[in-house]
Amino acid sequence: MAERYSSFTPGGTGWLLQRVTAAFLVVTLAFHFFLLHFVNHAYEITFAGTQMRMENVGYLITMVLFLWAAAFHGVNGVYNALVNQGLSGTPKRIVLAVLSLAGLALVAQGTYVALVMNGMI
Amino acid sequence: MSESYNRGLIEDFGRWREFAPGMWAWILHKFTGWILIGYLFTHIAVLSNALGAAGNEAKIAAGEDIYTTTLQGLEGLFLIRVLEVGLLAVAVFHILNGVRLLMIDLGIGLEAQDKSFYISLVVTAAITVASVPTFMTGVGA
Repeated sequence: MAERYSSFTPGGTGWLLQRVTAAFLVVTLAFHFFLLHFVNHAYEITFAGTQMRMENVGYLITMVLFLWAAAFHGVNGVYNALVNQGLSGTPKRIVLAVLSLAGLALVAQGTYVALVMNGMI
Repeated sequence: MSESYNRGLIEDFGRWREFAPGMWAWILHKFTGWILIGYLFTHIAVLSNALGAAGNEAKIAAGEDIYTTTLQGLEGLFLIRVLEVGLLAVAVFHILNGVRLLMIDLGIGLEAQDKSFYISLVVTAAITVASVPTFMTGVGA
């Protein structure tokens, strides 16, 4: 077998989660684009319409999970791209900390916004 | 076990003329990934206008809340519509190539990985072109 080029550790949690979130995102990203550009149109979006969709608990949960999965997948992807690029040592640890904080802030803000849209907050 | 060798940095883009389809797929997947995560941060920032809109029922009913006016203001711009088409192209390619990668990880289709990359490109182009009329509806109106 040829040398593996991936920086992911096969069998590792990060490697597996990147693929599990990928499979979930294939469906949710396609659904999101389809619903908000082809069923509803982006130029017709109103707060009332958003509120109505987000009041549906199934939709709210789907969107929040979509956000969490996308944030993890994206931030983990960026981190591994930089590791592939040769990032190591202290800069690697700093980048991991900065990306983790940015990802957590994104998830926190996005979840808060979703709950406000739902009317829960 | 395979023998280990020093392959150097695989991101030596100066070698781009030597790149095989699999390498271009890898580069495009990375490029589209960077755009998508960058956009996600922007998207949540724009949608955060909901925080200023919530609770003002009169304005919401009239469609004059900050969330509605911001989104509709942005959607009125031709540039935003063009960027949306670009975002669709980026998302569709990332999805299709992502499915291709998941399949390869599962041991399916490795021998046809170059063909599946070309198919990803063609389907992305077809979906993008077919979506242009939908994305451009009512722009500037």
